[in-house]
Amino acid sequence: MLIDKEESEGGRRSSPIAFTLDPGSGVPTYLQLVQQVEQALRLGYLRPGDQLPKLREVVADLAINPNTVMKAYRDLEGKGLTAGRPGQGTFVQAGVQQADLAGVTRLRRSLTSWFSDAAETGLDEDGMVALFSSALRDFYERRGGAAQVERAARGARGGAA
Amino acid sequence: MNIIETHALTKRYGATSALTDCTLAIPEGRMVALVGPNGAGKSTLLNLVVGLATPTSGGVTVLGGAPAGSLAALDGVAFVAQDTPLYRSYSARDMIRLTRDLNRGFDEAYALGRLRDLDIEPGRQVGKLSGGQRAQLALTLALARRPRLLVLDEPTAALDPIARHDFMASVMTAMAVDGVSVLFSSHGLAELERVTDYLVLISHGVVRIEGAVEDLLAGHCLLTGPVELAPGAGWQTIQATHGGAQQHLLVRAPDGASVAAAGFSARPVNLEELAMAYLREAGAATRPASLEPIR
Repeated sequence: MLIDKEESEGGRRSSPIAFTLDPGSGVPTYLQLVQQVEQALRLGYLRPGDQLPKLREVVADLAINPNTVMKAYRDLEGKGLTAGRPGQGTFVQAGVQQADLAGVTRLRRSLTSWFSDAAETGLDEDGMVALFSSALRDFYERRGGAAQVERAARGARGGAA
Repeated sequence: MNIIETHALTKRYGATSALTDCTLAIPEGRMVALVGPNGAGKSTLLNLVVGLATPTSGGVTVLGGAPAGSLAALDGVAFVAQDTPLYRSYSARDMIRLTRDLNRGFDEAYALGRLRDLDIEPGRQVGKLSGGQRAQLALTLALARRPRLLVLDEPTAALDPIARHDFMASVMTAMAVDGVSVLFSSHGLAELERVTDYLVLISHGVVRIEGAVEDLLAGHCLLTGPVELAPGAGWQTIQATHGGAQQHLLVRAPDGASVAAAGFSARPVNLEELAMAYLREAGAATRPASLEPIR
């Protein structure tokens, strides 16, 4: 494989994280990369100042299109999570918020009370997941999805209602 | 700049049309997948692009305007044919020297460096290399010419999954590091989504659909609804699956469309579904209209 000498000889990687792909997930490849970075930030694998895997490392590891990796990194930059440094790579921004533990605990508590309410109403586990996913999707679609298909989907559903 | 442009490109062998009225404008920096069943005209199109065949009518240019097969084109285009032709009795090093002597501008140091990275012993006979190593050697010979466009005919058809992964990783790395544009043919669809960002789908010598993958996926969706409904005007059904009461329609949206039809729910499609739908439509060819290229 064509990896530059320092990397292949030292076995040293530029980033604390490595990407993996789930081919059966149906999630577009670039989005899987974005989500893995976001998840690594939430779980503390990545901290401000850390470097993301270099383009050529990702491409050589996963055999994916470099344009896909660049799209993911642009997306992360657009969200303000990372910034590119010319000639060096892509790094986690200094001001990125890590998970707020108290906030997460509070949200978890309110979800738990929602679960008991749902169970009393007669929903089983799958029913709760379906309702949650559907409401979550509607929430983000109302906030404005970019893709044309999402617009089409919304239009079709809106027309049905 | 367009790395490949064709205008009404047509190739006939006697009475047989191998490629009909193919017009493409593919920007540089892409990994272009040329997809279609066996005998669809994929190799014909590749041979026309690299200048190994001449058009019956129409034209093809590469690298932003150089006629295919011209000196300028030959210097900037590298081709790995389907059977990765190498001399089995030669050593890997001899293959590199031979290719160097036969080509203008061959980067021997790069080729030997790649052999080292791949753990291929330069003195080893080509016939004694594994299938994956032979494919990598053929790719090395092509890349050492430092092309701007790399053309691969069914490059991984004969490789096991690991060799296939490593081969594609090498191609992607050349793309990432050296900015090479890639055109490759394949009749497999499963691994397409992770490698390709531009699709040209061809069957019976006709381009059925082509474009940037992102645009194609945004322009199609799968509608589910009752059988008696039809999507709105301008929506084109590529593939329909009917039950007694329910139907699924893989549809192409008219430009700038926002609403399909009342009563349908919609979900995005992936590249494999999309390609499969167009291949099935072309295979059925029940309507003459479906033989028109869709752009």
